[in-house]
Amino acid sequence: MQFSESWLRSLCNPPLDTESLCHVLTMAGLEVEDIQPVAAAFSHVVVAQILSAEKHPDADKLKLCSVDAGQGAPLQIVCGAPNAAVGMKIPCALVGAKLPGIEIRKAKVRGIESFGMLCSARELGLPDDQGGLLSLPADATVGMDIRSFLDLDDHLITLKLTPNRADCLSVTGIARELAALTGAPLNALPVTDFSAEHQNSHADSHAGARTVILDAPEACPRYCGRVIRGVDGRALTPEWMRRRIERSGIRCISVLVDVTNYVMLELGQPLHAFDNSQLSGAIHVRYPHPGETLQLLNGQSVQPSAETALIADEARALALAGVMGGEGSGVTEATVDLFLESAFFSPAAIAGKARSFGFSTDASHRYERGVDFDLPRIAIERASQLILDICGGQAGSVVEANSATHLPLRRPVQLRLARVTRVLGVSFDPERVESILCGLGLAVHRVGDTFEVTPPSFRFDIEIEEDLIEEIARVHGYDNIPSQPPIARTAMMPVPEICRTPMQVRRLVAERDYHEVINFSFVEPAWEADFSGNTQPIVLANPIASQMGVMRSSLIGGLVGVLITNRKRQAERVRVFELGRCFQRTAVGGPVAGFAQPMRVGGLAAGPSEPEQWAITSRRVDFYDVKADIETLFAPMQPEFVKCEHPALHPGRSASIRIDGLPVGVIGELHPRWVQKYELVAAPVVFEIELPALLGLPFPSYVEVSRFPAVVRDLALVLPQQQALGPLLEALTALCPPIVRELKFFDLYQGKGLNENEKSLAFRIVMQDTQRTLEDAEVETVVASLLSRATRDFGASLRG
Amino acid sequence: MDNLDQLVASAMADFATASEPAKLEDAKARYLGKDGSLTALLKGLGKLPAEDRKAAGAAINVAKEQVESALSARREALRNAQLEVQLAAEALDVTLPGRGRGRGTLHPVMRSLDRIEQLFRSIGFDVADGPEIESDWHNFTALNTPENHPARSMHDTFYLQGVGGKVQEDVLLRTHTSPVQIRTMLAHVERYKHLETLPELRVICPGRVYRVDSDATHSPMFHQVEGLWIGEQVSFADLKGVVADFLRSFFESNDLNVRFRPSFFPFTEPSAEIDVAFMSGALEGRWLEIAGCGMVHPNVLRSGGFDPEKYVGFAFGMGPDRLTMLRYGVNDLRLFFEGDLRFLSQFH
Repeated sequence: MQFSESWLRSLCNPPLDTESLCHVLTMAGLEVEDIQPVAAAFSHVVVAQILSAEKHPDADKLKLCSVDAGQGAPLQIVCGAPNAAVGMKIPCALVGAKLPGIEIRKAKVRGIESFGMLCSARELGLPDDQGGLLSLPADATVGMDIRSFLDLDDHLITLKLTPNRADCLSVTGIARELAALTGAPLNALPVTDFSAEHQNSHADSHAGARTVILDAPEACPRYCGRVIRGVDGRALTPEWMRRRIERSGIRCISVLVDVTNYVMLELGQPLHAFDNSQLSGAIHVRYPHPGETLQLLNGQSVQPSAETALIADEARALALAGVMGGEGSGVTEATVDLFLESAFFSPAAIAGKARSFGFSTDASHRYERGVDFDLPRIAIERASQLILDICGGQAGSVVEANSATHLPLRRPVQLRLARVTRVLGVSFDPERVESILCGLGLAVHRVGDTFEVTPPSFRFDIEIEEDLIEEIARVHGYDNIPSQPPIARTAMMPVPEICRTPMQVRRLVAERDYHEVINFSFVEPAWEADFSGNTQPIVLANPIASQMGVMRSSLIGGLVGVLITNRKRQAERVRVFELGRCFQRTAVGGPVAGFAQPMRVGGLAAGPSEPEQWAITSRRVDFYDVKADIETLFAPMQPEFVKCEHPALHPGRSASIRIDGLPVGVIGELHPRWVQKYELVAAPVVFEIELPALLGLPFPSYVEVSRFPAVVRDLALVLPQQQALGPLLEALTALCPPIVRELKFFDLYQGKGLNENEKSLAFRIVMQDTQRTLEDAEVETVVASLLSRATRDFGASLRG
Repeated sequence: MDNLDQLVASAMADFATASEPAKLEDAKARYLGKDGSLTALLKGLGKLPAEDRKAAGAAINVAKEQVESALSARREALRNAQLEVQLAAEALDVTLPGRGRGRGTLHPVMRSLDRIEQLFRSIGFDVADGPEIESDWHNFTALNTPENHPARSMHDTFYLQGVGGKVQEDVLLRTHTSPVQIRTMLAHVERYKHLETLPELRVICPGRVYRVDSDATHSPMFHQVEGLWIGEQVSFADLKGVVADFLRSFFESNDLNVRFRPSFFPFTEPSAEIDVAFMSGALEGRWLEIAGCGMVHPNVLRSGGFDPEKYVGFAFGMGPDRLTMLRYGVNDLRLFFEGDLRFLSQFH
C-alpha cells in the first residue's frame, strides 16, 4: 500500500516528523517498507510566466525570454527549451536557487546576461513527462513557491501490510490507526448525506433506478447501486485528485475511473462504474451458468468456476464480482449515464479467485482480506458527490440490496485481564486495557477484570481473546514489554552413549578431507535416470526451471554436478559430501503416506588421493582410499563390502555396504558411461550411505588384557588371481581357536616369482592366552590348520 | 716427583691432540695400558724401600687419577663433537610443509546450525526433525491456515505432480519448518498421555524448506530453524528474553540491538517480526529482519493436542542462511548452494 504523506496528514496530523511517524506505524505492525521524497531537495523556484521570447542573437537554439516571476521587474533569462512560448507558465529557478546538482547564479550566456533558469520536470527531480519546460496550469499564481504550488514537500510512503490488516488498505484506515496510536485527532471526511438531499429536490430520482437482486447472498450480502445521469465523462480530473492517485502508485485513466479509484484509496471501498447505456434490466449477483464465459477488461477471456460470483444484467455477465470488470460494460470518456456499484463481497467468496486466473487486482486484494461491510453506502455517497462536483449530472437514489443473515457477524469476544498478563508476561491496569481497546474503535463492556469486546465492521481479525491481547501489546508497544530470561523446571535430557548425532557424522566425514556441500533437492530428470535408473521420478508440478524438475532419489547426481562445477573452475582435487534427504514414492507409510524420505550421507572423491605435496608421489584416488574413509566412519562397526551392480557405478568396481547382512549403502567408481557423458576427466569414487546406519554404535565391551607374551606368525599363501580375500578370510577366521587374538590380512603381492594367474596374500596371526604362555606345538597346530583349510578349499599353497 | 708431573702433563697433551676416539685409546695405552708408563711406575713400587713405598704409591695414584679423569673428559668431548657432526648432518628444513591428507570443512550454514543447536541445548531444548515432502494438513491446515487463507499466498508453494500427471493437492514441499511443531506436539502428548500435566516441551527443528522464489536474495530451497516452548507459564516476555539472549550469544556480541515488531502469522497470536541492528561494522544501524515469532495460536495448540486454556507457548522461525551471511559477512545467498570449493574451503 503506497500513499502520500500529505494526504494522510490531511486526515490525521500528529506532531511527528516523517521519520518518527513512519516509526510509529512500523512498530505498530504497519511496516513502512519505503519512504521516498516526491521531489528532489531544491529551493527558490517559483511559478513564473513567459512575457516574451525572442531568438538569441548569437545562438540558433537559444531563446531570450522576459519572465514575470513575481519579483517586481521582469527577469531576463536565456533558455534552450524548444517549448518555451509566450504566455506559458513554468517553474523558474531564481538566482541563488539550489537545484539537484547545480546552483543558479547570474551568468552570461553567449554574451547575454541571464538571471535565473526556466526548469523542466527532470531538473526538479520529478518524473519526466514530455521533456522541455514543465508546463504549469494557466491559473497558477505567479511568484508562488513551486514546492507549495505542486505540494512537493511530500513523501511517498509504502506499507508492507500483513494480510490481517485490510482495514489499513486506505488512507482513512491508516489515519484511524495513527489516531489510535498517537492520540492525534482524526479529521472526519466531508461526506454529506447526499442522497437525502437529492431525493428531496428530485422527486423523479427513482425513475430509471436499477433493481438489484442478490442471487448469491453468501458471496454478496450487500450491494449498493446508483444511476447518475448526464455526466461529462471527458471532464478533467482535478489536479489535487490526480496528484493523490498518482502518489498512491495508480495511473490516472479518465475522470470516472479516477473517482472510483480515488474513493477506494481514500476509504478502502472498491467501486465499479458501469456505462448505464450498456446495461439491460435488473442487476444480478449470481453464479455462472454452465459454460458461461466472460471477456475481462484486461482482454483475458475466462470461464469462471461454479463458485465464482458474477455481476450480470438480464442479458449477460458483466464482471467478476469483486475482482475485475468485463469488457464493453465499463465507463469510458463517452459515458453520459453511469451505474455505480459499491458492494460487500465476502472474503471467502473472493479468496483465491483472482489468483486462479493468474492475476491480482486492487479490488480482489481488498475483498479477499475483508472490506468494511458498513462502508458501501458511505462510499457510494462520497463517489457520487465527487462525480457531480467534477462531471456534473444528476444522481438517482441509491438502491441497496441486503441479505442481513449473510453479513459478517461481529460477536463479542471475552477478554480476561489475568490472561493478558499470562500471555504477555507483564501486568496491565484494567483502565489502560479499556482505553487501548476503545481507542482502536472497539466496543468495550467491562465488568471488573473481564471485558466484552465487540470489534467494528472494519476489523476482520478479531475473533478470539489472543487477538485482543495482540491489540493491547501492539498499542502498548512491543518495546515496552520486558525481555526476561524464562524460569523453567529443568530435568536432564537423555544423552545415549551409543548414538551419534548427524552433526557428529558431518564432522567425521569432514575429518576425512571432504568438504560439505548443500545441493538442491530437486534435480535434472536425466540425473535420476542415469544415476538411479529412475525413469519415473517424483515430478514437481511447478518447478522453477526444468533442470530442477524432479525430486532426487539419490545424492550422487548432485555430487557429480558439484564435481563438474569445480572442474570448470580448475579444481583438480574435489572431495565433497552432502547430508540430506532423498525422495521416493512408496506403497508403505512413513511420516507422509506414499513417500519414503530417507536421510543419507553421500560423498565423492576425484583427482589426486592426497593434496599435491612434496615427497609423496601423486596418484589418483581409488576405490580403496574411499573404502578406508567409509570404514573409519563406521568404526568400530565393521561393514561388509559385497560386489554389486548399481546404475551409477562401474559394475566391477562397486560394492554394497552391509551391516549385519543388511545393505545400508553403496560405494564405487562412477560408471565409465557417465564419465564420458558428463565429460569427466576420470572416474570419481562415490558413496552413499543411509544416515541411520551411521548413528548407532556398539557399546564398548571390555576383554581382559593378557600379561603373557604373544606369539606372532606370518602366513603367505599363493592363490588363484580370481580368489577374493573376503570369503577366504572369513573361512580362516571361523577356524581360529580362542588363543588367536588377531588374524589379519596385511599384504598383497603379484608379479615376479609368481605365475601370471596367481597372487600372494599374506596374513599375520597373533596368538596369546590370558592365563599362560603358549606352547610351540599348539601355535604350530593353529598355523597348520589354517594352511590346510586354505589349501583344501581355496587352492592355496604356501609361498616358498 | 717432577717426573710424575711431567708424565701427567705429557698424557694430557697427548689426549688433547687425539682427534678421534681410536687415537685417544692409543694414547691411553701409552700411559695406562699393560705396558704404559704409569702402569710401569706402579709395578716398580715393589722395588722401593718399604718406608718410601706408601708415599710414592700415593703420589702415583694421584697422577693416575689425574690422567684417568683427563681421559674421560676427552672421551666425552670427542663423543660430543661426533654427535654435533651427526646432528648437523641430520638437520631438516623445518619450514617445509607437513605431509599427509588435509581436512575438510562443514558447510557454513551447518556451522551455524551446529552453534544454534548447542546454544538451545544449553537451555534444555531438544532437536527434532521432520519430512520435507509434507502433508498439506501439517504445513497449513493444522497451523491455522485453511485453504484460501490469504496467508497462503505469502508462501509460494511447490506442489508435486500426481501419478496421473495432475497436481497432487494433499502434499507439498514444506514451505517452513513449522509443521515439525505439530508433529512434535502430537508425539509429546502421546508420550506423556499418562501424566495429568504434560512436561514442558522445548524443541528446535532445523531443516530445509522450499518456496517458488529465486533471485539474489531468495533461493528456492533454504533453511529454517523452528523453535517451540510450551508450558503452563510461558510468556511473550520470555520469548523476547530467549530470542535476544540467543542472538547475543550467537553473534558473541552485546553490540547489537534487537527489536520486536508486530506482524502477522496465522499460527501465532500475538505475532512479531524480529529485527537486529549491529552497532558497528558494515551494516551499522540498519534493522535487518531475522526471524518471525509469536505466542502459539490456540488453534495450533489444539491441532497439536494441547489444551490452550492450560498451556501457553511461544514459537519462532528463523533463517540460519541469513544468520550465517551476517556472521561471516557473506553477501550472496546463492554461494551457499553452488558447491564452489573456493568458497566452502574457507570455513575451517
